[in-house]
Amino acid sequence: MIYKDKKRAAFSKGNSETSTVDPEEISRFNKLAEEWWKPGGAFKVVHAFNAARIDKLSESLPLLMERDANADRPLAGLSLLDVGCGAGIVSEPMARLGATVTAIDASEQNILIAKKHAENSGLEIDYRHALPEDIEEAEQKFDIVMSLEVVEHVADAGVFLDILSTFVKPGGVMVIGTLNRTPTSFVKAIVGAEYIMRWLPKGTHSWSKFVKPSELDDVLLPQGYRVADHCGVDFNPLTRKWSTSQNMSVNYLQFYKRYIA
Amino acid sequence: MFAAMNTETDIAIIGGGLNGAALALALGSTGLTVTLFDAAPRSVHTDDAFDGRATAIAAGSRNMLRALGVWDRLDGKAQPIHDILVTDGRVSEGAGTSFLHFDHREVGDEPFGHLVENRHIRRALFEALDDAEAVTHRQPLKVLNLNRETAKAVLELEDGTSTARLAIACDGRSSPTAQAAGIRYAGWSYPQKGVVCTVEHAEPHGGVAHEYFLPSGPFAILPLTGNRSSLVWTEKTAVADAAMSLNDAGFESEVVRRFGHFLGDVKVTGPRWSYPLNLSLAYNYCAHRLAVVGDAAHGVHPIAGQGLNLGFKDAAALTQVLAEAARRGEDIGTEDVLKRYERWRRFDNTAMGLSMDAINRLFSNDLSPVRALRGMGLDIVNRMGPARRFFMRQAAGLSGEIPRLLQGKPA
Repeated sequence: MIYKDKKRAAFSKGNSETSTVDPEEISRFNKLAEEWWKPGGAFKVVHAFNAARIDKLSESLPLLMERDANADRPLAGLSLLDVGCGAGIVSEPMARLGATVTAIDASEQNILIAKKHAENSGLEIDYRHALPEDIEEAEQKFDIVMSLEVVEHVADAGVFLDILSTFVKPGGVMVIGTLNRTPTSFVKAIVGAEYIMRWLPKGTHSWSKFVKPSELDDVLLPQGYRVADHCGVDFNPLTRKWSTSQNMSVNYLQFYKRYIA
Repeated sequence: MFAAMNTETDIAIIGGGLNGAALALALGSTGLTVTLFDAAPRSVHTDDAFDGRATAIAAGSRNMLRALGVWDRLDGKAQPIHDILVTDGRVSEGAGTSFLHFDHREVGDEPFGHLVENRHIRRALFEALDDAEAVTHRQPLKVLNLNRETAKAVLELEDGTSTARLAIACDGRSSPTAQAAGIRYAGWSYPQKGVVCTVEHAEPHGGVAHEYFLPSGPFAILPLTGNRSSLVWTEKTAVADAAMSLNDAGFESEVVRRFGHFLGDVKVTGPRWSYPLNLSLAYNYCAHRLAVVGDAAHGVHPIAGQGLNLGFKDAAALTQVLAEAARRGEDIGTEDVLKRYERWRRFDNTAMGLSMDAINRLFSNDLSPVRALRGMGLDIVNRMGPARRFFMRQAAGLSGEIPRLLQGKPA
């Protein structure tokens, strides 16, 4: 790694304006992309985890956007950017809830798989093999911008969040989902998930790149954002179920609402 | 030439019996659009001669029917069950000495359940369907074929096609729809038939249900409204067939010989029916774009009257899973979602099916040692409070993770 400051490695705030991508991370995910939608594949646990995550998103987003959560398509008419969409496991549910979804990913293979799957599901989603910095200026305003389980993989989280933060309309919402950098997350997300349970291939995550909620705040609050909602996403080994909770020490979702541009 | 009609719906239910109709109402209450396809005309189902059975509606099932606006339509047609007496016996010998007594006051103030004739349940369900805006009841209309495509289920009908995000098989035991989708079944036939009829008796039954374990199979006396009871007489196939071919007077005397005279004079009223008995358990409750519900997933021995209650529990669980998935924007027809329903219900149903099988095997014989042992068994269960209360809660459908509709809450 080129970063010297291990403690805040991902937040070097260097001058590398277009370096939100780490080539090693992309090639690793290219290998896994085919597995994404396969039931019982390497991402089986991600799908189970995803159900808890989209449960929270579908509950909170209409609320924060002042929409009727009980409507058939509560996000109808809202533009949504999904950054690091993978094979579309969040983009698709958001499109079904009515949002006009643009979804980007650094891996071309992910985008190919996502496009094929959306086509088969009869959903219209604007998938692009792109980085946030590739989004043209004229397009850069969305009601909702979300980036889930991405910020801990990018080369420079500070630069990455800086770019995303300009994309949200006033009154809009930014959602960041990531892994907290705590002793518990080291035990659960690295040792537990990769080495003991083998839910994720070894080396999927690097603990030093995990991000604390306060580090997100440091970038976003000065840009006119306020924390609007948050939750942890937890696995209960007794019921073998994923659910959202107040415990943000491992995986969490942070919702920000933008009051001024 | 006419253009074939094509309709679209969120959910297509194949089979419009008790399970299919209840499921349609449950799903319709969540905002999903439902089309219920029935090959038989509605009039057949509601004809008095179509189905002579009565069902013991467990507390959970009643909660669901109430939440769906069906229970009120059964006003005056539901007989509460206050006590269940289980007795070992022989024909014309009267009740044996060992018996199990389940008194509803041991598990709360509520009755165990209510006995309601199936024809009344069907009428109430169909009436509620008429009022359900989200449900279209199409009958008589045969589904000729189901094509499970990647993004949708396409039903080929006699008059066109219908597309849905999910198809649900409610077409009865060993469902042809499920089998066509590659779902396999385990099970066997019992060398028994269930003979069903309604009797009138001189004395009131007081809301007590009786189950005599006769050597050829259980003989159940289930209290209906008024001085009437529904009989479920499980009998060796040959004897059952012979009883069915008797004239009215001959049939009545066979019934009375088993019934006894504890409620005064007994008279058979109306037609009699007989049903072959088998166990048929599906290995899987779902495939891509298909879920399997009710008897189509699990045909069990009627010894404990649990078949329809299990089906209602399926309907409530599947409704909850699908409503939750739809709210999250998930694709409701994928196995990812449908497996949640399967995981929720399969263990419960299989356990129930196999315990009913075991009880039937234990009781349907006349070997002296077995008789003595089961007499002891009944007596022991009777003395053991916790075990008895466990059986009672099972029978009331109040064990396991309870779907919201069975708690009387919206899905």
